[in-house]
Amino acid sequence: MPSMNDILILAPEFYLVAAACLLLLLDAFMKPEQRGLLHWLSIAVLAVAIYMVVGAAPPVAVSAFHGMFVRDGVATILKVFALLTTILVFVYSRPYLRDRKLFIGEFYTLMIFAVIGVMLLVSAGSLVTVYLGLELLSLSSYALVALNRDAPLPSEAAMKYFVLGALASGMLLYGMSMVYGASGMGGQATLDLSRLSAVMGYTQAPTLLLFGLVFMVVGISFKLGVAPFHMWIPDVYQGAPTPITTFIASASKLAAFGMAYRLLAGGMAEVAHQWQLMLAVLAVLSLAIGNLVAIVQTNLKRMLAYSTISHMGYLLLGLSAANPEGYSAAMFYAISYALMSTASFGVILALSRAGFECEEIDDLRGLNQRSPWLALLMMLVMVSLAGVPPMFGFFAKLLVLQAAIHAGMMWLAIVGAVFAIIGLYYYLRVVKVMYFDKSVEGSELRMQADGSLRVVLSINALGLLVVGLYWGPLIAWCREALAG
Amino acid sequence: MLTLSHYIVLGAVLFCISVAGLFINRKNVIVLLMAIELMLLAVNMNFVAFSRFLGDVSGQVFVFFILTVAAAESAIGLAILVLLFRNRSTINVAEIDSMKG
Repeated sequence: MPSMNDILILAPEFYLVAAACLLLLLDAFMKPEQRGLLHWLSIAVLAVAIYMVVGAAPPVAVSAFHGMFVRDGVATILKVFALLTTILVFVYSRPYLRDRKLFIGEFYTLMIFAVIGVMLLVSAGSLVTVYLGLELLSLSSYALVALNRDAPLPSEAAMKYFVLGALASGMLLYGMSMVYGASGMGGQATLDLSRLSAVMGYTQAPTLLLFGLVFMVVGISFKLGVAPFHMWIPDVYQGAPTPITTFIASASKLAAFGMAYRLLAGGMAEVAHQWQLMLAVLAVLSLAIGNLVAIVQTNLKRMLAYSTISHMGYLLLGLSAANPEGYSAAMFYAISYALMSTASFGVILALSRAGFECEEIDDLRGLNQRSPWLALLMMLVMVSLAGVPPMFGFFAKLLVLQAAIHAGMMWLAIVGAVFAIIGLYYYLRVVKVMYFDKSVEGSELRMQADGSLRVVLSINALGLLVVGLYWGPLIAWCREALAG
Repeated sequence: MLTLSHYIVLGAVLFCISVAGLFINRKNVIVLLMAIELMLLAVNMNFVAFSRFLGDVSGQVFVFFILTVAAAESAIGLAILVLLFRNRSTINVAEIDSMKG
């Protein structure tokens, strides 16, 4: 029987499940013109969840339901930023959804369920919880990508996402079954991540263990979108409605980092020397493919998709160091990327109108003459993504490169630095198009009139500069979470 | 006498068939859904075999979770398939290629 204590540890998750069900019920009794209320209620629900996650955060790591669920510093930080980026997605997407008749209750409910999946995943203490959290997130995401039921492109993107996502889950599960078997040869078989790493030390079947490890790394790479398992990223980013793309590029990436951390650093710590090199090779591949293919893209969403692939390469740089310094750098990187991608897609959402998606890079021509403030915000986001000091993105890159050097992988850090310079080209091309190209005759490029979007997008983009200047507290928080 | 390795080989064979089904198939999306189901069943075979031979029941509990999630997964997959057919009037894998780059 679960004790009261177990339920209190999971209070934020239970609360969100109840709130999501109530919102769905409320939506059924609501007139379409009252949907604005649903929007603000959903934001309030997530804001309260942030308060519950931080306000009642236990001072030391605690676990519930026999170690199935862990609530520690890492989980708290990742949950806070996943909830925060989801609030940003809600604020940015209202005008976009209204213009396309997608302003429906399902969007909010499915998003909240996806966030619950993220929260379970980053708190997972057992292979079962990893799988369940991952599937809750993925199944909600598949449905969200297909939200626009009458357009051919989203349904195609949803199909590709579904097939490749299911393949990734299958790979991950197959790896899990091998690892479970290996843990039972020479010790008590277990699905528990904390006990798994202890049993790994003296398994009688090291080949079985390695076999499982490779499959698990493949599954994780699929979910992170790391080359050569990145095929779904460009199509899904381009085909999905932009609000969903924003979510997949932000909260989902935090979740994927959380999953990699729980499985590799938690369950597989004993064989870290094995997966370190695998991650390093994957990192080099995604840096190369992401940065080089992004150069030739003309579609802005597709370009940002390839930029995601390269950013996940940097994240792996931190993870492959396999020590607390590397993990905290990778977590800092995941947070910085989540906030940068919400801002970059936020600008696309702010410029899209009914019948105009603002997807092509050329659509941004002459933005500076029409909306100087938005052009400035977009420039801040682009230089932050490129990693120009003193932006947030620069310090995130600096920390992962530092972690790689300290872990004795100088060659990896050099590759990372070289590709950062190559990446600068395509980010600056967007800035050039906005500032130095003449706008097209008859173009009506202007910012959405939605007040909350304008204010929050400005705060988000300027925040990248502010956190870049005062990055001490955030990295201190990450380091503290990983030291405990 | 059947040993653990028989079951693991059977699981591996099922897994290989399903991966081959996903990659070789160029005709029909429904076959992709079937291959995905087969992949999950291969995993279940592994879990049950390990659980039985290593004397630990938690693997079999995991199988229950995988079975229920697989049902939800195929429901969503079929729903997306219906959408796809309505929008494009085809479920031929080779024709689902409008995005490139």
